Amino acid sequence: MPSVSDAHPLAHQFDEVEQQRRAVTLGMWAFLVNEVMFFGGLFLTYTIYRVLYPGPFHDGSHHLDPTLGTVNTVVLIASSLTMALAVWSAERGKRRPLVGFLLATLALGMVFVGIKAVEYHEKWVDHLVPGPYFVWHGPDGSHVQLFYSLYFAMTGFHALHMLIGFGLLTWLIVDALRGRFGPTYWAPVETVGLYWHFVDIVWIFLFPLLYLIGRH
Amino acid sequence: MTAPEHHGPSIGVYVGIFAVLLIGTGATVAAAYVDLGLFNNVVMLGIAVTKATLVVLYFMHVRYGPRLVWVLSAGGFAWLAILIGFTLADYLTRGPVL
Repeated sequence: MPSVSDAHPLAHQFDEVEQQRRAVTLGMWAFLVNEVMFFGGLFLTYTIYRVLYPGPFHDGSHHLDPTLGTVNTVVLIASSLTMALAVWSAERGKRRPLVGFLLATLALGMVFVGIKAVEYHEKWVDHLVPGPYFVWHGPDGSHVQLFYSLYFAMTGFHALHMLIGFGLLTWLIVDALRGRFGPTYWAPVETVGLYWHFVDIVWIFLFPLLYLIGRH
Repeated sequence: MTAPEHHGPSIGVYVGIFAVLLIGTGATVAAAYVDLGLFNNVVMLGIAVTKATLVVLYFMHVRYGPRLVWVLSAGGFAWLAILIGFTLADYLTRGPVL
């Protein structure tokens, strides 16, 4: 059975490379639609509780740092650009730019998670992590705690996706250095790119919903 | 020998989309500090949906891909819109809850 590492990078069930590439892309999109539904449940929960408790969500949001949130948004969008350029390079068999753009994507992703860690630490110090040590010196603390439960659940699952992305990028970098990707075979770069952009989209919604409630 | 067919946009398009996404981020933050009443949410979510659409169409190549990917991706987001839209149609029309 031919495998992708052989000279002919075509699995036996496909007639041609282009058909194989389209099947891979379609399969990845089926997975991403699953991911839309997974995060969709969290967004729905957020929506309902924000409708029910607008005041506590407003107050809770004011203890997040919009500057760090904005910087992280820019960092993540930049990482999406470098990822898109990595796919561009892979398809054209440009090995050195491919490795460079993948490394840049990984580095920007690490900056994002690093800033996220700083924010989590601040919340820990300020007793804003839900649980027995949660302290709120204002009205309706239990519903502010609900906001922070959603904050940690949503940004936590987002950060987990970033960490999985680091593993995928590392795998791509190793294979790119071995020269495995080129004009007839770049599907792994393309699919990891789709995954990375999806994680970017999740953040595009998380940022205004969590950080920017009632700032005026 | 024919030139190889590529599947995505040019580097210029990628950089252009990146610039629009940055402008959208700036507009989102700016809009958050202006009192528009309920329209704050409309503006912020409108920009977010626009940014997400650009990422899907250009960075994720859906605009350049086969129709089947178009249907699958649009279908996923359409069902999410139904999920959230119908739930809001319930919660927003209940009157005082507690």
